[in-house]
Amino acid sequence: MAVAAVKQYEFASADTVDKFHGAQLLYIGWEDHLMFCAPFAFPFPPSMPFGDIVAGVLPGAFGYHPDFAKIDWSKAEWLKSGKPWQPDAAKSLADNGLKHKDVIRFRTPGLTGIKGSFS
Amino acid sequence: MDMQVAKKKLGLKERYAVMTRGLDWTPSYQKMEDIYPYIAYEGIKIHDWDKWEDPFRLTMDAYWKYQAEKERKLYAIIDAFAQNNGHLNVTDARYLNTVKLFISGISPLEYVAHRGFAHAGRQFPGPGPRVACLMQSLDEIRHAQTQVHAISNYNKYYNGMHDFHHAHDRVWFLSVPKSFFDDAITAGPFEFMVSIGFSFEYVLTNLLFVPFVSGAAYNGDMGTMTFGFSAQSDEARHMTLGLEVIKFILQQDPANVPIVQRWIDKWTWRGYRVLTLVAMMMDYMLPKRTMSWKEAWEVYFEENGGALFKDLARYGIKMPDCAAQIALEKDHLSHQAWSTFYNYAAAANFHTWMPDEDEMAWLSSKYPESYDKYYRPRMEYWREEAAKGNRFYNKTLPMLCQTCQIPMIFTEPGDPTKLCYREVDYKGDKYHFCSDHCKKIFEDEPEKYVQAWLPVHQIYQGNCFPEGTDPTVEGFDPLAAVLKYYNLEFGRDNLDFEVSEDRKNFAEWRGQATKNV
Repeated sequence: MAVAAVKQYEFASADTVDKFHGAQLLYIGWEDHLMFCAPFAFPFPPSMPFGDIVAGVLPGAFGYHPDFAKIDWSKAEWLKSGKPWQPDAAKSLADNGLKHKDVIRFRTPGLTGIKGSFS
Repeated sequence: MDMQVAKKKLGLKERYAVMTRGLDWTPSYQKMEDIYPYIAYEGIKIHDWDKWEDPFRLTMDAYWKYQAEKERKLYAIIDAFAQNNGHLNVTDARYLNTVKLFISGISPLEYVAHRGFAHAGRQFPGPGPRVACLMQSLDEIRHAQTQVHAISNYNKYYNGMHDFHHAHDRVWFLSVPKSFFDDAITAGPFEFMVSIGFSFEYVLTNLLFVPFVSGAAYNGDMGTMTFGFSAQSDEARHMTLGLEVIKFILQQDPANVPIVQRWIDKWTWRGYRVLTLVAMMMDYMLPKRTMSWKEAWEVYFEENGGALFKDLARYGIKMPDCAAQIALEKDHLSHQAWSTFYNYAAAANFHTWMPDEDEMAWLSSKYPESYDKYYRPRMEYWREEAAKGNRFYNKTLPMLCQTCQIPMIFTEPGDPTKLCYREVDYKGDKYHFCSDHCKKIFEDEPEKYVQAWLPVHQIYQGNCFPEGTDPTVEGFDPLAAVLKYYNLEFGRDNLDFEVSEDRKNFAEWRGQATKNV
């Protein structure tokens, strides 16, 4: 369906990649840990290695949670747009096939939040 | 000398007819479609504007008289409240955060509603709806004014309210109510009437005003309570207008039914998402609770709204599909919302806190299916950490829903352990949604929602810093810059209630009023 309008109705999207000063947006959620009320939004350069996110960014974003220190990253399961996905830590975001406004999530088997409440 | 003959006074019905009908003429040198350019493009067909019935039969002269009377009473009470330091009579200083939410989230909408009804009224070729829209437009600006005046008393003493309109246009969570109304006023006049006149004023208004006004009454806030009562007779009129609008449009042409149904579906969901703020206000922000969000939803929507949609069935209108999902969310909505504001307490214009033991017991009793299982553990953890000096402040910006603009905090319908993710590819970009209903609204009119001013994305684009800010300098603090742009002061207007100036001042001032210091 299209919007009903009195004349041609076409406007640019407010969030195209060219507006982010060389960065692209990546959304990251941690499954079963709803103490973080929503997935996070990050602006990253597409050339950034994926491993830098896990090592350098996620601790600052998720580190408050007591489960975070217990994560075994070799067992983490990743989803991209809800489907199983395997990132390569050495490769860049672009080479991992991550585009502007992609959403990824990770599941950490065995960790289910505060007192198992998925918090 | 001429004899003065007393003229027979017109009855109410005749007066109404004389003052609201037959005021138009048929234009001879301008085309009707040039005079009313927005009346056809939405696809709504009206054959006879005179079929419009205003059940109140209110005329302009009577309107002024009634409103002036109400103003006199209202301002007398507001003055008395101010002179007697009424602000010290509220239950607890935490209550003030409800007032902050109201003045920055709701009052600016009253003003936009004023503009919306003025615009819609101008566009209708029939004098009946035009007069009704004119009065509602005036009501709405009156509500904005009386709310600002009543709440200005609090602004003299407490933080976070000093620049509410500036905040409304900028602060991240206020984009939720703002974009809701922007969506409505940028629609055509018929959709505006269905969105605000019917869906909001008729179906959902009891869930907005009753909680705030009865919350004020329960918590000793005479000022807010009084403007609520002063608006009440107007609201009754607005509800009647909203229902009349729907019935009128539906009776005019069967082709109108599917269009109106789509609007009702859309705006019930849009309105409900805005009410997320009310849900958490009822369950967490009122020191003395009136009823739970869940109870309010059951009474005002499931019972009253259910009866309404049964009544509308004869016009071919059914209960919006989203009602089923809302029923599943009612055990979770307020807890998920309050958790969100607890997360982002550093970036809001009001304070948050964790419920105390009694309050948690109340939440458990009102939400036996969900609170202890899913929400109490995280809240107890937060409370313990705060007691150790490690209060949780989430400093990473959240992903937002493209349609309702709320962070993606909502769980899958029926599974409160999984966040709900939905996405759409449109013209080479991805768009994300909190729910099937927000996704559908986008898919119906993607051209409109791709323009959304999403606060998180705007911050990352560099559009939410004061002019002249250089985000590339070493040690740049984005939160500090964004708060400056919001005109909020770190440590005064934001953060936890426990450490707030409001809490300290209220305790001191109330102490002076009740003890010998």
